[in-house]
Parts: sequence; structure tokens; C-alpha cells
Amino acid sequence: MDLYEYQARDLFEKHTVPVLKGAVATTPEQARDAAADMGGKVVVKAQVKVGGRGKAGGVKLAVDPADTFEKASAILGMDIKGHTVHKVMIAQAAPIVDEYYISILLDRSNRTFLVMASVAGGMDIEEVAHTTPEKLAKVPVSAVDGIDKALATKIIAQAQFPADIADQVADVLVKLWETFQSEDATLVEVNPLVKTEDGRIIALDGKVSLDENADFRQPDHAALVDTATANALEEAAKAKGLNYVKLDNGQVGIIGNGAGLVMSTLDVVAYAGEKFGGMRPANFLDIGGGASAQVMADGLSIILGDPDVKSVFVNVFGGITACDAVANGIVQALELLGAQATKPIVVRLDGNNVLEGRAILNAANHPLVEQAETMDGAASRAAELAAK
Amino acid sequence: MSIFINSSSNVIVQGMTGSEGTKHTRRMLASGTKVVGGVTPGKGGQIVDIDGTSLPVFNTVAEAMAATGANVSVVFVPPKFAKAAVIDAIDAVMPLVVVITEGIPVHDSAFFYAYSLKSGKTQIIGPNCPGLISPESSNVGIIPADITKKGPIGLVSKSGTLTYQMMYELRDIGFSTAVGIGGDPVIGTTHIDCLRAFQDDPETEAIVMIGEIGGDAEERAAAFIAEYVKKPVVGYVAGFTAPEGKTMGHAGAIVSGSSGTAQAKKDALEAAGVKVGQTPSETARLMREILGR
Repeated sequence: MDLYEYQARDLFEKHTVPVLKGAVATTPEQARDAAADMGGKVVVKAQVKVGGRGKAGGVKLAVDPADTFEKASAILGMDIKGHTVHKVMIAQAAPIVDEYYISILLDRSNRTFLVMASVAGGMDIEEVAHTTPEKLAKVPVSAVDGIDKALATKIIAQAQFPADIADQVADVLVKLWETFQSEDATLVEVNPLVKTEDGRIIALDGKVSLDENADFRQPDHAALVDTATANALEEAAKAKGLNYVKLDNGQVGIIGNGAGLVMSTLDVVAYAGEKFGGMRPANFLDIGGGASAQVMADGLSIILGDPDVKSVFVNVFGGITACDAVANGIVQALELLGAQATKPIVVRLDGNNVLEGRAILNAANHPLVEQAETMDGAASRAAELAAK
Repeated sequence: MSIFINSSSNVIVQGMTGSEGTKHTRRMLASGTKVVGGVTPGKGGQIVDIDGTSLPVFNTVAEAMAATGANVSVVFVPPKFAKAAVIDAIDAVMPLVVVITEGIPVHDSAFFYAYSLKSGKTQIIGPNCPGLISPESSNVGIIPADITKKGPIGLVSKSGTLTYQMMYELRDIGFSTAVGIGGDPVIGTTHIDCLRAFQDDPETEAIVMIGEIGGDAEERAAAFIAEYVKKPVVGYVAGFTAPEGKTMGHAGAIVSGSSGTAQAKKDALEAAGVKVGQTPSETARLMREILGR
């Protein structure tokens, strides 16, 4: 889960990473009041999870509360690369003399953590890495060892930070590690880390990504979930414990078991759909190992409730899951849904107890359900039905 | 022959007394795997009877190894306790630890992987994986044993159900070993580790490699194939239709910006001379052409 800047700021503050005063506002009035509380000049910053907001006009300096009201009015509701601005952050303005970069992240390729630090801050770090790689220090950090002051000091020296601030920056790096580790983050990035006129080091803008697998030991993280921009179908699926992702421009609803097989099913449908006017998958839905009637009913009801869906493809390979249980699930789900079920459903079953499963669907003889022998054949049929 | 496990693999089950652990211990025994005991801290000394096989329970992996001669551990412990379980196995110098558990925080996986590197004596497979099977010899994890038989194909995959699907497509030919390496961002055994082992295994004639979006493991595997693998490899990559920035079921299956896309992975594999199928069935057909069967 990626956080908004204001949420990252709050987490930094919690772990005593130096930050400026900041407040979030959803209306111009709230923005004005926040500016009045802070006193002096403020920066009004659009809260969107996409880069390039400054160039898009999403960051403005405001001289007083009235000006803050004006600037917030202009930014709230703005569209930045397809993201609507629902919130702004009101941040204290600070006189900056220098900008740096620092981050800690999960380096998947090398299966370790990685610190990146540079004195060339404030710009796109991928650009720095590309054009002047010598200005970016990249230091692997073992999850077993972590970052103490001694290692932080070494990393900061390697990144060639000026001597007069090196100690302060090393302290910040240790605190960022504490944030990274204790919050179960996969990314903690400060860009820019700034030096102010009075010589302080401050995290001016931050990005944080959190690991959802750690939710069981991070009870505070639930409050950080952004519900305002979530898709209604995704929310409904989540409430039922289903692993569902809505896809744009799709017509074929997909239900399958196992993340890899479902991803593959989407691709096979898109491939088959090319022959039927470009039919595409409308969603990802993995019902996982145990496909009970209730899970199948929940899944079918989410998918049949999607107005984009014209046909449904249920693709199950019974490994641990038995196909007869899946077939019973489908039959009972259709009974539960009754008149709500209106779209054709193509079912492909293979694997554990497949003959029993197919027999159950044959015996039920539901007018909306038809079976296919192979995954490719079923995908083609589902695309054909969607195109009708 | 096979890779990583064979008929002399003696397996202990960490979390055997839990419901998942018991269920899959039963299945592993039924498929002929030599399960020799279980580990559940606090339940040491108990004897569990599973379909007529009496299995001793130990408090630690070290005790279990000393008493049973186990050389493989399979972990069914819930996410909250998985880190401690894997560290227990590493401390006991267990040679192979197969972590089935889904939903382990990545800080924990990164920790036990780094810890295993320090010890230098434990290979981890997973987490969030279905395990591995050398048909008719040993089956460690949750892969159904009745899909296929022993044969000349080696299979490595991030995904469980795609592993089953591919084993099913090629069931008449059979497999030396099928390894599900898992869909998490940090895993103990990679495509490359399996490709190397299959290249070195005299009874594996050809290899199927299944990848999916996220990370750059497939690109790295492609470079490794070009350099090291002389046996024919066919590939399949899932996730062409996955949108950017959305996690597709597996914690590691996410396209970030322009990196981790299925197309980039397919291109890299093809550049290394790997034939890549558009669907699982087409991938199976490519394998049949190579083997002439």
C-alpha cells in the first residue's frame, strides 16, 4: 500500500524524523484554518499518488490564510494524470539552501534491503541514476544487521555529503531505518531531504509503501487505507475477503483458483477475444484453495453486479480443491442468486474429481451455464458470448 | 534422478499438529513421501497417528533431526510464527526448508533469507509456494501427486495452479521434478537455482519455466539460460493484461511503472532462445515438439 505524502510525514514525525509542520485539508476552509494555525507562508500541495504534480500545477506557495484558501480552491478537484485531487497538504514553508536524496527500499532482484543516497536531490532519482550514477550511493543492507549509527555514517560518507551536515544526515538515516523496520515498509523515500538556511536537515517530501502482509501486527495501518478513491466493486469484494481487481475496458468476468492461473486466464481471454472484436477480461478474481458454495456465490455476485460484464468464465484446476465441490458451489450460488444471475457462464473444470464435477453441472442443467473441455476453448467461447 | 528431493528425502513437518499441517502430512504420506516426524514448539513428546503411521512430535527442528535423521523440512506454520520456525530450522542446519505459508511479511522473509546466507548451509524454497514433487519418489508440500508420473521434463514456476495446469497438459510424458518457487517478492530459491539444477540433472531432458509479472527474475533467468543451460527450455509468462500498480493475487505480482511487465520478460526469454507460449496449452505443445512426443 502506497501512502500519501501527508501520511508519510505523519509516520516520519512518529519516528522522530525531522519534518516541518503539516496538515491535511479536504476543503479550502480547512486549508485556510491550517495556514492560520501555522502562521507565515505555507505550501499547498496536491495529495496524489503519482509523480509530476509540481509541473501539473499541484504545488503552490501561499503568502497568508486568504491566499491559501484561493490556492487550495484551485488545486482541490484538479485532475493530475487521471488522479483527482481530493486532499491537499498545507506545509510550513522553509528557506532551503540545499537538496539531497535518501531512501531505503526492498531490492527484490538482490533479495535484500538497499539504501540509496545522493547529494543531487530534488530531482527524479532515476534520472540521477541514469545520467550521473557516480552521484548515487547504493548500499545493500542485510535484514539481519539493519542500520546503526556506524553504518549510517559510512553510507553518508560514501554518498559524499558535506562534512558539516554528515552527522545530522546519518542520524536521519538511522531514524528512517527505524521507520522502515518498525512500520513493515517496503519503501521509505525522502526527496528532497533539505538543509535550511539555519542549518537544519529536514525531510521535506516523502514516499512510503507498506507491506499488507504485515497488517496482522500493524493495527494502525488500517486507518491509512484510502477509501475515497477505491473502486466500489473492489471494496465490496474486499469486505467479503475476495482477492479481486477490477480491470478497465473489459467484458468477460473471470473467476479462477490460484493467482497464477487467474492471471493466465485473463491473458488467454484477451488473446481469444481478439477474434471477437477485442473482448477483454473485466476483472481478476482468485477464489483460492477452498471454493465453497458461499465463496463462489460471493464471487459470482460481485462479477454479475459489474455492469461491464457480458459473460463469465469460471476456470478451475482442481489441485487441492475438488471439482465436485466447485460444481456444487456454482449450482448453489446460482440458486442463492436466483433472478440476479442473468449473464452466460462458461465453466472449465479440470483436475481433482473432474468427472464428478462435470456430472453435477450436467445434471443441474442450468440455462446460463455451459461447460468447455479446455481452457483455450472456454476462453474463446466466453469471448464469443460477450461479443453477442 | 531428480533435483532437490528424491526417495531418500526424510521429511519433517513444521506445524504438523495444525489443521493444514495434518491435512497435507496425510497427503504426502499417501503419495509415498517419507515423513518421519513433526515439530510444534510446546508439543514435543506427543505421538500423532495419521492413517496408521505414528509420527513423533518434537519441540525443535534440532531434536527432530537428531531423532529421525530428517534432511528436509516443510513449513505449514501460520505467518505470525513462520519466521521463528524457519530460523529454528536454519539453526539446526537443516539442508532444505520448504516454506508453504502464504502471507509472511516481507521483512520476515528477507530476514530468514539473509540469515540462511549467513549460515550458508540451508536452502530455502518459498515462501508462498506449493512446494516440489519428484513424481514416484518424494512430494514435499501441497502439489497433487496424482496429476502425472515420473518423466524427463523439469518444471519451475512461481505459481501453484499453473504448475498443476502444466503438469496436467504434459501428464503423459511426465516430470523429473516440478518446483513451485513461490510468488513473493523475496524467495529462497529462484528460477536460476532450478535451471542450474535441471541442467546438471542427467535425467532431465527439457525444462519448462513459468514466470509472471513483477521483479526481474525472468530477465535474469534468461541471461542465465543463454550462458549456462544447454538443454531445451520452453517458457510461459502470465500477466500480460495486468494493469500497472495493482497486485495480482501474489504479493510479488505487480507491474511498477515500466518494469516487471510480462512483455519484457517474454522478450528477454525469446532473446535467450527460449520458445515462449502464448497460453499454457501452446507452451505444452512447444514442449511436445521439442521432445517429439
